[in-house]
Amino acid sequence: MTRAEIQDTVIQALVSVAPEVGSATLKADVPLRDQVDLDSMDFLRFVMELHKQVGVAVPEADYGKLASVADAVDYVAARLGLPAR
Amino acid sequence: MPSLGADMEAGTLVQWLKQPGDTLARGDIIAIVDTEKGAIEIEVFENGVLDRTLVTPGQKVPVGTVLAMIRGAGEAASPVAPAPAIATAPADKATAMRSAIAAAMSRSKREIPHVYLSTTIDMTKAMTWLAAENEKRGVERRLLPVVLLLKAVAKAVADVPGLNGFWIDGTFKAGAGVHVGCAIALRGGGLVAPAIHDLDRKDLDTIMRELLDLTGRVRGGTLRSSELADSTITVTNLGDLGVEEAFAVIHPPQVAIVAFGRVMSRPWVADDHVEPRTVLTATISADHRAVDGRQAGQFLAAIDRRLQIPEHL
Repeated sequence: MTRAEIQDTVIQALVSVAPEVGSATLKADVPLRDQVDLDSMDFLRFVMELHKQVGVAVPEADYGKLASVADAVDYVAARLGLPAR
Repeated sequence: MPSLGADMEAGTLVQWLKQPGDTLARGDIIAIVDTEKGAIEIEVFENGVLDRTLVTPGQKVPVGTVLAMIRGAGEAASPVAPAPAIATAPADKATAMRSAIAAAMSRSKREIPHVYLSTTIDMTKAMTWLAAENEKRGVERRLLPVVLLLKAVAKAVADVPGLNGFWIDGTFKAGAGVHVGCAIALRGGGLVAPAIHDLDRKDLDTIMRELLDLTGRVRGGTLRSSELADSTITVTNLGDLGVEEAFAVIHPPQVAIVAFGRVMSRPWVADDHVEPRTVLTATISADHRAVDGRQAGQFLAAIDRRLQIPEHL
């Protein structure tokens, strides 16, 4: 899986829990909490969706590492063993 | 047309899912009805055979209108006059929901003398237990803190039953079961509080599964008639918004609503020293016609007590 594919998957997972979010308007470096209305239930669904799509199970202790799309892509890439940017 | 809450006046039949002659069992979904709260699945409450339908798809009828005749095995259905149709008004969904909320909340504040009590609950044990529990679980089986809160409220009913039920015709009527309404906000505005039935008798996994399912259906799919009609007490959790404490408005004819704030770290005096603890604020709004501050206070204390032994929830 390439970094670009991971980014697509992360964005699709977000759009699946927050359908009002346009994948085009989502800014990769802006914290999710500033641009998407996500409660703890939504965030869990996001994590479940990531798990389903890429097989990465994010422990609760790592939730803070998924603060933005870019962070989430870095995190998933690292967990999949891709070299850092 | 069943009443799916104190604020509902009419509903539009969307579709019949059973045809005359079909055998019906209790719990079967017989029709889909459109309301301010979205599309609702109408359930059957008795066994029998669908004799005939009296309302056609697209028709908007007032609450109380007979939708169909069901006959028990071997008996004849009694004749019923066709329902009077009222004007079909496919109003904007959000506007309709807003006015439904306005009607229920205005009635509540007009009729119900609210009494509010609040307490800070030490959540250290509960959150430590939950973190350890979630570490053992796969992503799909993870529990959210709100599940512990819901269960603690439902179990508190066993200690203080007077908060679980309705104020109807000048008297308190106890709820048959503990059906906890879970206030769920819709994306983009609006609010629905469908019930998780008999929540006091369900384990945490079941409650979490049902809550995920309810949230998904509130925000996208359909709710069932029984889920909207019969909550005996309501819980609202505003912690995700960073809110520390909330004072909620009772949904009539219920007599209580419990509001939780966010789980946060605060200095706490333990014995003779100060240490950081994980706490949250729980607030109860109670109908002072039905109960006094004393019972409401006992109810909050019971919630607190239950949360100190999370492994027993």
